[in-house]
Amino acid sequence: MLEELALVVLLVGLTAYAVLGGADFGAGFWDLVAGGPQRGARMRGFIHGAMGPVWEANHVWLIFVLVIAWTCFPRAFGPLMSTLYVPLFLAAVGIILRGSAYALRGEAATISEARGLGALFALSSVLTPFFLGCAIGAIAAGEVPADGDPGDPFGAWTVSTSILIGVLAVATGAYNAAVFLAADAKRAGEAELAEAFRRRALGAAVAAGAVALGGLAVVNSDAPDLFDGLTSGLGLLAVIASALAGLVTIWLIAGGRFEPARYTSAVAVGAIVAGWALAQRPYVLPGELTLHDAAAGQPTLIFTLVGVVFALAIIVPSLVVLFRLKLEGRIGHQPGPIAGTAGEEGGR
Amino acid sequence: MTHGEMVDGIASLLGSVLAQADPTPQAYLLEARQMQALSLGVHIPLVCFGISFPAIVLFVEGLWLRTGNPAYKQLAKRWSKVMLILFAIGVVTGTILSFELGLLWPNFMERWGEVFGFAFALEGVAFFVEAIFIAIYVYGWDRLSPRLHMLSGVPIVVAGVFGSSMVIAVNGWMNTPQGFELDAQGNVTDVDPVGALLNPNLWHEEVHMYLAGFIVASALVAGVYAVAWLRGRRGDYYRAGLVVPLAVLALAAPAQIVVGDWAARTVAETQPVKLAAFEGLHETTEGADLTIGGVYYDGEVHGGITIPKLLSLLAFHDPNATVKGLDTVSADDRPPVGWVRNSFQVMVGIGTLLALLGLWFLYFRWRQGRLPRSRWFYRAVVAAGPLSLVALICGWIVTEVGRQPWIVYEFMRVEEAVTGAEGIPVGYATLVVVYIGLAAIAAVMLRRLARKPPEAETAAGADEIEVLP
Repeated sequence: MLEELALVVLLVGLTAYAVLGGADFGAGFWDLVAGGPQRGARMRGFIHGAMGPVWEANHVWLIFVLVIAWTCFPRAFGPLMSTLYVPLFLAAVGIILRGSAYALRGEAATISEARGLGALFALSSVLTPFFLGCAIGAIAAGEVPADGDPGDPFGAWTVSTSILIGVLAVATGAYNAAVFLAADAKRAGEAELAEAFRRRALGAAVAAGAVALGGLAVVNSDAPDLFDGLTSGLGLLAVIASALAGLVTIWLIAGGRFEPARYTSAVAVGAIVAGWALAQRPYVLPGELTLHDAAAGQPTLIFTLVGVVFALAIIVPSLVVLFRLKLEGRIGHQPGPIAGTAGEEGGR
Repeated sequence: MTHGEMVDGIASLLGSVLAQADPTPQAYLLEARQMQALSLGVHIPLVCFGISFPAIVLFVEGLWLRTGNPAYKQLAKRWSKVMLILFAIGVVTGTILSFELGLLWPNFMERWGEVFGFAFALEGVAFFVEAIFIAIYVYGWDRLSPRLHMLSGVPIVVAGVFGSSMVIAVNGWMNTPQGFELDAQGNVTDVDPVGALLNPNLWHEEVHMYLAGFIVASALVAGVYAVAWLRGRRGDYYRAGLVVPLAVLALAAPAQIVVGDWAARTVAETQPVKLAAFEGLHETTEGADLTIGGVYYDGEVHGGITIPKLLSLLAFHDPNATVKGLDTVSADDRPPVGWVRNSFQVMVGIGTLLALLGLWFLYFRWRQGRLPRSRWFYRAVVAAGPLSLVALICGWIVTEVGRQPWIVYEFMRVEEAVTGAEGIPVGYATLVVVYIGLAAIAAVMLRRLARKPPEAETAAGADEIEVLP
């Protein structure tokens, strides 16, 4: 029971990172494909301004996931790190490059320097979710041995299920980012940008959905146990919930209702994360290590869970304050014409 | 190089040659340790600012609220941007550390994660709170009411101190592990996460590091304004920028000597072999002498002033107390004495100089009500920043190298903990490049900030924060 609760906490953290952190990475994706320096300038400026104040807070979810994983499931964490060090290291490097290039972009002396740094920022934004997705895919595909010799440092995360989940992570991030940015742009009175992000959100939503559905065929041939889990019982329920939330999101975006679409898109991501966990029940490392065997002792689980409850009591209101202030335009810098209109819509 | 170190060196060389043919789990132990040490060495100075700087910034903002003098606001606002830049870089280096713990030491995490993990969970919470309120605070200048704005800084102070305490608790636990039992097979059972957290080494390490945080941050900041002072910059802004950190330094540095004594006495009790390494004491001695200064090589201290029975007096407050030597454990279980002893001397030496600098400042402040006029005082302040960094790193070498060969003191050796992953050198090289890049970024951003006149902080349109992490 306790280990299930701890798993839920872990998965909620993972979902938060996939949605909020993923959206940050997705913003980098849109930066990458925003077009030439002339055409893409406004979109890049907007992306840059929209992310400033909340970057670190979104990012801390990853630390949260790591910490809960090693505290509550140390016997899974060790083998994971022993086998998946290549994609995890690459993801970590991506995180570093992304943060640094983003910070430095305003410093560039020439346009080519700015473009170089921008490209680095955008590229690392794509690589990090991809490699993290690959690592998750390797777990789901049962490529991580629990005992004895670690798995193949390259082979484990390059099976097709891994690559698929890597691509899915990039697509989901792009889609969440477009939804969030469209909402920001609409609130800021930037109708043109809002429309641009609306189109991108729709495109990305369709792409993510297609990857997810098409991916099921890949999973079927590659990881039949996972496929069975995803197409029966609670796993199937979660997949359906995710698909429904995805469809509702597309409908909301199509109608330009970005605010509720933020939440339904988060539900879609959360449901698929839950579906993954349900599909490989009762294993943490499929066929190798059950949740129960991976878990820390009762006292550690109890203290960590109690700690998390207290933490949520502090963090959730704080996050609400942060996001409210940001949404109301009371903190953060307002690029260009947005400054004038943000105040009028403040306080809604 | 001692005979022992030479043998070690040859053995590790042989080991790495053999590893080419047959990778063993220990193939890259030294590289893994260096990688971890490098990452901590980069992160710890940033932690110093995380511990102390928010309180200093809030103090200056409080001065502004009380006096209405815009110079204080300019200073607090400028420093808050420095705080954000350093925090943003700290997020990156802290993330690397979280990954490294697992990537480099998977067996350590697997076996002991449930014992000490709770402290990291609490640290994660603190980190979260810090990230949220630092964004509100720095981006909220002139947008929140002054009182609300200052209030939004309080959680940063609390979280900075609490979070670092939790990490220190884990370090204290690695040095004095407790809060668990081992069954017949050596498996960890009966974990008491709170007992592990509240270990005997927590308290002195916590206070020692906390003061170090204030010393390092204040010395570095004061150094910047001492340069400005030497260049003839005057006015409330520059004066406050110099006096506030100097006051902090003057209080923290002398206090650190007292705390250092406490720390050494605790180590004498909990980790006698480590204390023996501090002093290069090979044989267990009754009424042990203390050598101040000197350099340790070839297995003994060369030079320095030896004071009879002082080590016994300092460690146990009894001149005839018996101090355990390195000989109490087998050669395999001893830390590399040269590193520990020499680093210890450098730390203590610099700490003493910093305390004297603080007293210099306090003397003029209290007896004459002014700053010292000698240019040498300001030059000393400029030097104090880098020196305090050296002392900080030396202090961590003393703690961490002094803990060797254990990762969990007397329960798990570093070679049992290390990953069997190949490609550690590739990761190491990548990290070196990354850290050089990060240092360059920090330098560029801080320089750009420093070039702007203070008035830019309160000028019209100044609420546009251009420093984006």
